Amino acid sequence: MTTETLIWLIPLPPLLAFSLIILFANRNKALSHMIALGGAVLSWAFAMLVFVRALGVHELAKEPFASAINWIPTADTWLRVGVLVDPLAAIGLFFVAWTILMIFVYSVGYHNFGQPAGEHDTPGLPPHGATIERDGHKHKVPSVEPLYSRFFAFISLFAFGMFTLVVSDNLLTLFVGWEVMGLCSYLLIGFWYAKPSARDAGVKAFMTTRVGDVFMLLGIAFVYSATGTLSFRGIFEPRVLQTLASVPTPILGLSAAGLIGLLLFIGTVGKSAQFPLHVWLPDAMEGPTPVSAMIHAATMVSAGVFMVIRIFPLLSLDPRTMTIVAFVGAFTALFGATIAVAQNDIKRVLAYSTISQLGYMIAALGAGAYVAAAFHLVTHAFFKALLFLGSGSVIHGMEHGVLHTAKHIDAQDMFSMGGLRRKMPITFWTFLIGGLALSGFPLVTAGFWSKDEILASTYGGHMAVFVTLAIAAFLTAFYTARQLTLTFLGEPRTDAAAHAQESVWSMTLPLVILSVFAVGLGWVGIPEHFPGIGGIVPNWFHQFVGSTLGELRQAEFSWIPLITSLVVALGGLLVGWMAYRNVRSTTQDPLQIPVLKNKWYVDEIYSALLIKPCVWIAETLVYQIMDKGLIDGFLHLFGKGTAAIGGGLRTIIDKPVINAFFGDGTSWVVQGTGRTLRPMQSGRIQQYMVASLLAIIVLAGLAYFLSVSF
Amino acid sequence: MIPLSWYLILSAGLFSVGLFGVLSRRNAIAILLGVELMLNAVNINLVAFWRYGSVADMAGQVFAIIVFAVAAAEVAVGLALVISVYRQRRTVIAGDLDMMKW
Repeated sequence: MTTETLIWLIPLPPLLAFSLIILFANRNKALSHMIALGGAVLSWAFAMLVFVRALGVHELAKEPFASAINWIPTADTWLRVGVLVDPLAAIGLFFVAWTILMIFVYSVGYHNFGQPAGEHDTPGLPPHGATIERDGHKHKVPSVEPLYSRFFAFISLFAFGMFTLVVSDNLLTLFVGWEVMGLCSYLLIGFWYAKPSARDAGVKAFMTTRVGDVFMLLGIAFVYSATGTLSFRGIFEPRVLQTLASVPTPILGLSAAGLIGLLLFIGTVGKSAQFPLHVWLPDAMEGPTPVSAMIHAATMVSAGVFMVIRIFPLLSLDPRTMTIVAFVGAFTALFGATIAVAQNDIKRVLAYSTISQLGYMIAALGAGAYVAAAFHLVTHAFFKALLFLGSGSVIHGMEHGVLHTAKHIDAQDMFSMGGLRRKMPITFWTFLIGGLALSGFPLVTAGFWSKDEILASTYGGHMAVFVTLAIAAFLTAFYTARQLTLTFLGEPRTDAAAHAQESVWSMTLPLVILSVFAVGLGWVGIPEHFPGIGGIVPNWFHQFVGSTLGELRQAEFSWIPLITSLVVALGGLLVGWMAYRNVRSTTQDPLQIPVLKNKWYVDEIYSALLIKPCVWIAETLVYQIMDKGLIDGFLHLFGKGTAAIGGGLRTIIDKPVINAFFGDGTSWVVQGTGRTLRPMQSGRIQQYMVASLLAIIVLAGLAYFLSVSF
Repeated sequence: MIPLSWYLILSAGLFSVGLFGVLSRRNAIAILLGVELMLNAVNINLVAFWRYGSVADMAGQVFAIIVFAVAAAEVAVGLALVISVYRQRRTVIAGDLDMMKW
């Protein structure tokens, strides 16, 4: 089978799985996860096959695998859509396929497949646990998720969206994949739809990303109207790029290329949760953990960064846009990190960490280091998915403890945990690897290599970005150490933590596999100038991905970024560990600062500035005043007027003329006539005879006179 | 011979009296009396025209005989009706028998 055909086929198995599950397998849990896993495995197999073939092609960037078909007829040409696998898409396929497959496998165990159904479990709420009899003893065990099949259907649809986005060769199908994922994000965040917080979170996510998507669509429309094409290779032709760069626009003095880049970037601001559209991501933690891992760590938010890397040739034409991008990225990196240090929920820390890390990638892109950003994208996908899945395993272990001890505590609060390294060893070691990768622990973790490359690229040319990212890296290491210490080290702080249990193999196997990548993936991107080991292995990643845009200068080696990254990583880890070693409860936590805990009050500001006025406009202004008052008032007035006219006409014309004169009058006349003539029929024979006598006299007289006159 | 017109005037006068009686008498039997008078007046008329016309033609006399017979039969029937009505209505005043109306 040709590679192009394979590429076309990659997004299809999960779509097919979605349809089959929805139509046929909704009641059968085993069948639905088989179908979903089958779809994921097929896509993974095709993606890996394409990846391997792509590796074998010399100069993939100049001759990518590409195939397109005519789709929408426009005047005398067609809008063509198709697939394109150049080096960027190849590595995109790699990390997307692996993370999606791992998360699908994990979901089987996460939703407690094989466990009994809980007595009080209702569809739409998280399962509470089932009571079983064992040895005459009643035990509470975790129960299976009631909406199991629905979950697998939705994540299959999501996988379809992501694969479509990665392989597409034009902005239109990329946007289609983008929106499909947005929909699935909404459906999956609100998966437990009976929880009001989950419902609201789903709506918030969709609305916020929608704001970004509107601008992105404007950008797409602008591109199409300016160039007549939406395919990447069409837009990135040197001639086209030059034209776009030279046409000025009235907004901010940007060239057309800059404005398009900015508009498309705003889409990423929404989708990848950059400031100011980041507010949806922490609330999105209401969804089940595999959702958090897949959508909000590894793939969907990465799609925003992926798209920016894709349009990098366009974006890089205007230095002002690049500055905006770099600023937003760096600011978000620091912003997210400052909030993460004050969060107590294990998933919230990771959510803000994701926001921060995405800020890293965006900042790198703004500084022009797109290979570094792509590298960090791939490594981040793996170790963030690992961390989220690990946190899900921790939460499951804690919930097991909660069921055992029958005390109601928040299973996600890190201050209820502690000492879990003994109870959940596999989770501990894999989470540790992920955490160290996130912090950038030197040499043995992938995060180190990618973060180091970003720092190295921003040093020198963009010092403000460099300093911000360095501080954010310190905070990252700090809150990671805080998280690790509070969760796994020390002693259990509650009974539930003391009774925690390791998770099933379907949950721990993906953790192990992902941790292999979290460790080893960095070694494909060792810079050549690295002291000691640099140059032993060629910087394959840089060559492979860098070739997408032609020659790219390798950053000049400098000691300072390397030293900085070592210092902040190790220093942050050490300080975090030491600060939280002996902390027993939140009162001893020095960082429970209200501003940080409350996320810099951004949600409250938005609520006061944007939401309340919007609700007021809708409820009061438009509904009460305009709709009910004006429009309905006008209609009521109109109605009353018409009724008055009708009444008047009735009084003036209808009643006196029609009713009285014609109606009653006619009957009066007829009755009168009858009354007058009736006595003629008196029934008295003598009267009849008089009448006939008169008639005879008259007729005789008439006959006589008439006959005489002739 | 006396002029025909004397017989005719007599007949007319008798007829008028009879008609007057029919139209103005209350009692039904009296109305029948008036009817008889009218019929007899007609008979006088018929016989007069026969006598003063062609005597040989018997049609005039035959007509008069038939009129007698019919008058008698009719009176019989009329009286029977009056008796029947009296039995029902206990009245012989023609003006009270006004059921045949609207």
